[in-house]
Order: sequence, then structure tokens, then C-alpha cells
Amino acid sequence: MKAILKRELSSYFNSAIAYVVMAMFFAFSGWFFVGTCFVSNSSSLSPTFSNIFVIIVFITPIISMKTFSEEKRQRTDQALLTSPSSLFDIVMGKFLGAFILYALCCMIFFVYGLVITIFTPADWAVIICTNIGLMLLGGALIAIDVFISALTESQLIAAIVGMAVGLLTYMLSSISSMINIDWVTSVLNSISFTAYYSNFTYGMLDLSGIVFFLSVIALFIFFTIRVFEKKRWS
Amino acid sequence: MVEVKNLTKRYGNMTVVDDISFSVGEGEILGFLGPNGAGKSTTMNMITGYISSSSGTVTVNGSEVLENPRKVKSSIGYLPEIPPLYVDMTVKKYLEFMFDLKRVKLPKKEHIDEVMRLVKISDVSGRIIKHLSKGYRQRVGFAQALLGNPPVLILDEPTVGLDPQQIIEIRNLIKSLGKKHTVIFSSHVLSEISATCDRIIVISNGKIVADTKASELSSSISGNQKLSLDIEGSQGAVLDALKVIPGVLKIKKQRDLDDKTSRYLVEYQNGVDIRRDVFRSIAQADCVILNMQNGNETLEDSFLKLVTQDQTKDKTGGAR
Repeated sequence: MKAILKRELSSYFNSAIAYVVMAMFFAFSGWFFVGTCFVSNSSSLSPTFSNIFVIIVFITPIISMKTFSEEKRQRTDQALLTSPSSLFDIVMGKFLGAFILYALCCMIFFVYGLVITIFTPADWAVIICTNIGLMLLGGALIAIDVFISALTESQLIAAIVGMAVGLLTYMLSSISSMINIDWVTSVLNSISFTAYYSNFTYGMLDLSGIVFFLSVIALFIFFTIRVFEKKRWS
Repeated sequence: MVEVKNLTKRYGNMTVVDDISFSVGEGEILGFLGPNGAGKSTTMNMITGYISSSSGTVTVNGSEVLENPRKVKSSIGYLPEIPPLYVDMTVKKYLEFMFDLKRVKLPKKEHIDEVMRLVKISDVSGRIIKHLSKGYRQRVGFAQALLGNPPVLILDEPTVGLDPQQIIEIRNLIKSLGKKHTVIFSSHVLSEISATCDRIIVISNGKIVADTKASELSSSISGNQKLSLDIEGSQGAVLDALKVIPGVLKIKKQRDLDDKTSRYLVEYQNGVDIRRDVFRSIAQADCVILNMQNGNETLEDSFLKLVTQDQTKDKTGGAR
């Protein structure tokens, strides 16, 4: 796992991906930060945090699109799968590599917190709490995107499908409000990423949210492992 | 060392590898020969645990590949048909990564340096793989397979895309590795296999059609020895002269070369050398031998014969 994680990180930072992703994330989050805090003279980061969901939907597929699709295209998966590493180690290494890059992006919010403290005491509870929420939300999306990447040989398809699925998770709440069938609505609401995530942006360390996101991560890592097991056994 | 038993791989209705069994001993170099699409790569992928078999077992060093994949995988060095290279890494970084991935327990720097020296890539160790030529890439792939000194080496067409000089180098490398390792390597080029291997397995349509020593492949198929003769003289006289030679089994006139000369193919018993008798007998009959050469099939002929035999059998055999 360590070897794969190390390679993943070095491949992100030796190519333009890491810098482009971070620049994009910093630019948009900075825009939201200026727009909601400076312009409206507010010390609350909550609006910034809720806006950032959309950016994450686009950023996570870009980070994880190449995790497995590129391996398949270059046939390097043969080296991974015939090495004495277990499938869990391989998938975990890939997932963690993508996750660490994403986590680095999210660290910018602590900088915004510091900027606020220049003018007025910042609400660190909200900042820390939301950052935890951001990690969990991003982790769940990355796990899904890694799974999608394992299904295709094309980075582009992995990215587009990943974005579509991300947008779908973003819209789950609004979709459920348009549907009149009770049980469908309750199912959709109970898997609504936005609902779980918004609890964190208010500064609540919501246990059900933590459990939900961790379950999604575990589930999709398991699915990804199954993709390779299935490939071996078919 | 490597034991393959009744190995079969099916994709839907298609049987790619059909009930293959063989075993390879320690320090043996086994050549895996067959036309493209015969199932060589699939068999190798099953031995290395990249894909699973539909039925049958692969045992390496006493461990079964599907039951104890970790142990089997760590004792195999594998060079797939397309070398698994991360083209964005430098050669050295790549080998370091593969070293870690394979959990090799040797001193890292020394071992990587040694392997790079062995396949002669030390001079490009700092270059990004993307910018290397095909020959160098192939050798980096080779180096990757050698990491950790695995007792079994599986090489899928290791010399494809190399120039003649490099092919000879790689062949010699394989030969020298064969002293310490068990090597299975595949190719569709016969001369390559016959130059390197102790033993040849010919595979066609997913089945083993021959499993012999390299030197015996030709005679094992054709049976008797053959002599090809170009003789000047009347046909009757020649045939009479040849018939009386002890050991001769069959004489066939192949074709007329000009008015007086014809080419004959003489089949004779194994273990007899009839060349001197042929010379004297023909001279006595007042005919002239213009050319005398070994009429045995070349390895290439035998191979083609094996493979086409198998295919016609399939066609006439019908239901499979």
C-alpha cells in the first residue's frame, strides 16, 4: 500500500494535475470566500462551505479519473495484479493518494479562517467541523470516482461519469422534493449527500453523517476490489 | 518447480486454453511456441495469477496460485507482452517502485544497480521512460521482472521489437539466467526458441501439440531421416542404384531440374548414415550427384506441419 500511495502522490505532483486542481480549487473557494465574507461583511464561512460542494463535485472526478483507467490503458495493472500485494492494498493506496491531494486542497479553509481573525475572531468550531465534513464528503465522492475509474479504460469517460454521479448526489434533495411517492422521497432523503453535509457546515459534528459517508467510502472500496476480482474470475 | 495440470480457460463458449498440462523443473528453460492467438499469453497470465483459470491448477514451488496467490506471485518474475511501465517515471524511480511493490527484502540500492547493470540500462537510469526507445523499454520491463531474484521467470515474447544485436544479448541473458532460475518464455519465432531453450512446447488452438527437447522436435514429427539429392542421369538407373543401398526405405522423385537432372528425396532409417553408399552406388551406375543435402525438415517446417495438422484435425473432427 505504501509503495502505491507513494507512486500516486509523486505522479500527481510530478505532473500538472495536482497544481491545476489546487489552483482551480483555491481560485473558486477564494471567490466564494470574498463574495460571501468580504462583500457582505460577514465573518461566517458557512455560505462559502455550502457553495463549495459544487466545486468538489467537479474536482474529485478530475483527481481520481486516472487512478485505474490509466493503469488499464497502459497495461500496468498487470504489474500490480501479479505483484504480491493484495487487492485491498492496491485499491486503498490509490484511494488514499487521491484523498490526500483532495485533503491538501481543503486546507485552504484554515487560511481563510486566519484571514478572518485579522478582522474579528473566527468561528473555529464551524471551520474544523466543516473541514471534517468536507473530508468525508470528498472521500465518499473519491471512492465512487475510483470505482468508476476501475470500470473503464478511458480517463475522459471516468471523469464525465464521475461528474454526472457527483451532480446527481448534489441534486438528490431537490429531486426528492419533486417526487410525491412517500417511500421514494424518504429513501432519496436518507441518502442525500447535501443534507448530511450541510449539518457539518452549521458546526454540528453529526454522527449519522459520519457513519453515512464512511459507509459510502467502505462500500465503494469494496466494489472496486470486486471489479478486479470479477475480472480475474470471469 | 512449476506444475500445470489440466489448465483450461473459457470465455463464454470459446475455449482459449484447452486442458494443458506440463511441468518445468528447476534451472530449465522452457520455450513456449505457437502462432499468434494460440493461447500462450493466456496460459502465462494464468500461471502468474493475473487471470484465473476456468479449471485446472498451477502449482509453483508447492503452492497453488489461487489458494496461495501471495506466495506464488512473490516467487515469479513476470514480463508481460506489453511491458507494464509507468511512462511518466524515470527508470530508477520505476524500479524502486516495483521493488517496493514486490516487497523485495534485498538491499535496495545495490540490488537495483545490479539488475540495471545486468540488462544494460544503467546509462538511462535517470531518464523518463516515455522518452526511451522500444528496445530500452523492453529491457526496463525485463529488469522489473528480475527484481528480487525470483526463482521462476515468465517472459512473454521478450525479444519483440528489439534489433538483432539486442535480441542476441537478451537471448544470452536468458540462457545465463536459466542456470539459476526456471524460465518459461514464449515466442512465435522458432529460431529464437531453438537457440535458447532446452525444451519446447508447441501450442496451437489452446492445446499442446508437441512437448519435446529442442533437438528432437524435427525428427519427432517426421519420423525417418531424409536426404535430398540432385542427380544427373536416367531415372531408371538412379532409382535402381538407390534401391540397393541398405537402410533406404523410400525413394521419391520430387521434380525435374532440367533434361537430365532430377531431385530425389530418399527416406532412410534413423541411426544409419547412407551418404557414402549413395555416392558409390550412384557413381557405379554412371550417374553424377550434383547436390546432396540433409532433407530433414527444418524446425520451421515441423512447426508449420504441427500447427496445420492440428487445425485440419479440428476441421474434420468437427464437434469440440
